[in-house]
Amino acid sequence: MDQQAVIETEALTKAYGHQIAVDQLTLQIFEGEIFGFLGPNGAGKTTTILMLMGLTEPTSGKARVLGLDPVRNPIQVKARVGYLQENMGFYPDLDARQMLRFIAELNDIPSESVEARIDWALNTVGLAEEEKKEIGAYSRGMRQRLGLAELLIKDSKIAFLDEPTLGLDPDASNRMISLIESLCRDRKMTILISSHLLHQIQRICHRVGIMIKGKMVAQGPLANLAREKFGVGKETFTLEEIYMKYFQEN
Amino acid sequence: MKGIKAIIKKELSDHFSSYRLIIIFALITMVSLITVYMVGLNIRHELKGIAKPRFVFLMLFTSPGAMFSLVQFVAFFGPLVGLILGFDGINRERNQGTLSKLLSQPIYRDVVINGKFLAGVILIAVMMASIVLVIAGLGLLLVGIVPGLEECLRMGIYLFLSIIYIAFWLEVALFFSILFRNTATSALAALAIWIFFSFFISLGASVLGNTLAGSAETDTTESLVRKAEIVKAISLLSPMELYSDATTLIIDPRRKSARSVIAVGPMEQISMSRFSGPLALSQSIMVVAPHLIFLTALTLVCFAVSFAVFMRQEIRSV
Repeated sequence: MDQQAVIETEALTKAYGHQIAVDQLTLQIFEGEIFGFLGPNGAGKTTTILMLMGLTEPTSGKARVLGLDPVRNPIQVKARVGYLQENMGFYPDLDARQMLRFIAELNDIPSESVEARIDWALNTVGLAEEEKKEIGAYSRGMRQRLGLAELLIKDSKIAFLDEPTLGLDPDASNRMISLIESLCRDRKMTILISSHLLHQIQRICHRVGIMIKGKMVAQGPLANLAREKFGVGKETFTLEEIYMKYFQEN
Repeated sequence: MKGIKAIIKKELSDHFSSYRLIIIFALITMVSLITVYMVGLNIRHELKGIAKPRFVFLMLFTSPGAMFSLVQFVAFFGPLVGLILGFDGINRERNQGTLSKLLSQPIYRDVVINGKFLAGVILIAVMMASIVLVIAGLGLLLVGIVPGLEECLRMGIYLFLSIIYIAFWLEVALFFSILFRNTATSALAALAIWIFFSFFISLGASVLGNTLAGSAETDTTESLVRKAEIVKAISLLSPMELYSDATTLIIDPRRKSARSVIAVGPMEQISMSRFSGPLALSQSIMVVAPHLIFLTALTLVCFAVSFAVFMRQEIRSV
């Protein structure tokens, strides 16, 4: 993998009043990788993503996404980066095709290519059969896949997936994870995924970062973290064990 | 304004498929039809056998039918249309989690509120234009008089004023939908403002007028006039008062001033009745211009405040 950083942050900090949500975060994510963004709830993962999307302004520090500053050029960043938020919202009375058409219009996708692109995106996420159904009748797993289809419509270079498997049954969450993996493999999408399903993260992520109380306590390929915590030759430790070790120490 | 077309389109299709819009349209169509029917019959009866006065056509809008004239009706219930269209504009998106989805698309944040506002204004324009046209059409049938150019122009100005007036209330409702998370709260807050300006401000104005200009026992001509002026000035703060003044001036050319008390002696009264010709259109416009400007300014202020509040809101709380 070539080591071109597409996301870089430098001492990125966000404070809400006296409460510091993200503390001096320095992060690098490389092109074409899946980065597992781990940490307990309230550790500042979502806040970090919002700052990278230009949806909220950092208190101090710098961020670069694809070489762009999200504070100064939020529109360009949002055009290239897709965000699948936690508890994703949707318009219950639209069907999948109408929803994707709306996203395409907001992204200025030339109208003559839209329908073919929607067909392709729905096929990729396996919703082609369901496209006439209103989203209000969708299961949670289907909604999440529709969210991925939105990223395909936008042709995002980077995807921020905030808890994409939250509340999914095992089958749906496996399907989601495989889909995410294939987006990275086939579409060369750089993916930042936050999740609590550690064994799944372990399966697909190239590198992970562990964030606790606003601070990034570890960052790197799994084997490196294992070596760091448990010593040389102990690279077989699972992500779960590594995570718990960091969690107890902090 | 990138993306604003998409938002407007989405909003319009949402509105057109919503039951509440259908109900509003049905109600308003019904009321305007009934009003024009009664007024039309009335006018026809009164005009029997006499020479037709000028601007008879405009009387369709101004003369009261069973209870109220159409102009009064729009002044009173037009705000409700604006409120109903806007009260859950932003907070509904927020509650269903689509606002942050919208904002993570490559559009500026203000495009969302601008799009919603413009979609509402388009609907209001369509609604008001169809009401005016229905009345004009039926009026033609019932009264049998073709409106002249000036009457058409006056109707056009009336239409324009009404659209701005209802758009103001739409903006008020949108503002509350930005401010409050709960749709019921924002609806009630908007209703409270409407009730305040519709009913209570005139009450408050007369109380204030009494206190400032002296009690009723010591009434002199001067104090009466002063009192009337104070009451007028205060009630002009109300958009409803502004609008009704402006529309009656425009659509009823015989009214020459928005002042409610005109102190005249018997000689002046005689000379006034002798020269009671209608006001020319250009003069009517001049009298109305300040009202129009003030109404537009109110809308703009409201818009600016909601803009500022919306731009400052943290996405996190979205």
